[in-house]
Amino acid sequence: MARGMVIIDEDRCKGCGLCISVCPVHILKLAEGRFNAQGYPPVEVTDPEACTGCAMCATICPDVVFTVYRRKRRSAARA
Amino acid sequence: MAVEIPEDMELVYSYPESLTKVRTHYCPGCTHGVVHRLIAEVLDELGVRERTIGIAPVGCSVLAYYYFNMDFAEAAHGRAPAMATGIKRVSPDKVVFTYQGDGDLAAIGTAEIIHAANRGELFTTIFVNNAIYGMTGGQMAPTTLPGQVTTSSPTGRNVQTAGWPIRMAELLAELPGVAYVTRQSVLDVPAIRKAKKAIKLAFQTQLAGLGFSMVEILSTCNTNWHMTPVEALEWAKEHMVDYFPLGDTKMTDAVRALKEGK
Ligand SMILES: Cc1ncc(C[n+]2csc(CCOP(=O)(O)OP(=O)(O)O)c2C)c(N)n1
Ligand code: SF4
Ligand code: SF4
Repeated sequence: MARGMVIIDEDRCKGCGLCISVCPVHILKLAEGRFNAQGYPPVEVTDPEACTGCAMCATICPDVVFTVYRRKRRSAARA
Repeated sequence: MAVEIPEDMELVYSYPESLTKVRTHYCPGCTHGVVHRLIAEVLDELGVRERTIGIAPVGCSVLAYYYFNMDFAEAAHGRAPAMATGIKRVSPDKVVFTYQGDGDLAAIGTAEIIHAANRGELFTTIFVNNAIYGMTGGQMAPTTLPGQVTTSSPTGRNVQTAGWPIRMAELLAELPGVAYVTRQSVLDVPAIRKAKKAIKLAFQTQLAGLGFSMVEILSTCNTNWHMTPVEALEWAKEHMVDYFPLGDTKMTDAVRALKEGK
């Protein structure tokens, strides 16, 4: 079960790639052949199960694209 | 877009209330956006958004008043510290900050920032140093590095004719009215976290009425540096930090006590 989860506000994304460069589990990439309302290819999660909820993406994002959730420590029911 | 959040997940990052939902006009990857976010997060955490007044500069961040969810004024180029002085003196219960670039603060506005700091005005300055004039097309700023190529120094900054880059955080540290001055960066995740703590301490310095506070933030202008956003962060880490060392240049005992009491 994923330890974390990000929600991407696609239309705010400018496709700068800073988040991609800092994600420790390398699960972010820019969309291919698809553009958002601003005309940029937005960032996508390639493997949601691998997200740790570390929030590094949100910390470096200049456009506040990410909302981040992390599994609570104690109630972490193992699947 | 209804996304289901599992019950055992907790929210660790969400949109700050101190920012509006307006999309910024900044270039993709521009660190102005990161600095905006950090200020907003700090004002949220301090619970002072509704009594904060920001002063926007001239430069790429000229439209900052659209992006911050609070009262804002727009100053003539370099004059934000003079406006902040007036606003803070008339309304001392407000939290007042200026947001300024290096062209704004260290070129046309040098006199204003020095005298406001020297008078120990009780506002906070967030100084975004990207070593160039971004808005006008990438001309040399007082902070441009020796040898750095810009549109007005096409063969690189020649320090014999253009002088050496100004280290504003060190310069202002000399002034008795200054309580807290630090140089931070937003060039990687650990640095961003540290920069946020510094911004918070600067606002706490103001709230405690301890004197003038400023956070200089080493930033990027990937467009006018002609680099990708990721390359710009690397370039700045490699070249800017040597000339503009990170860390506090002034912290009075009262600010230190404030910091350690937290
Ligand atoms: C009185 C006056 N002189 C010159 C200008 C032109 N001008 C606009 S922005 C700018 C420099 C901005 O550079 P900086 O403060 O470093 O901000 P950045 O755009 O890099 O964020 C200049 C010289 C102006 N608008 N007003
Ligand atoms: S929260 Fe961490 S692991 Fe998840 S996408 Fe963002 S950077 Fe990657
Ligand atoms: S020109 Fe430079 S400082 Fe201005 S928005 Fe673009 S990257 Fe940012």
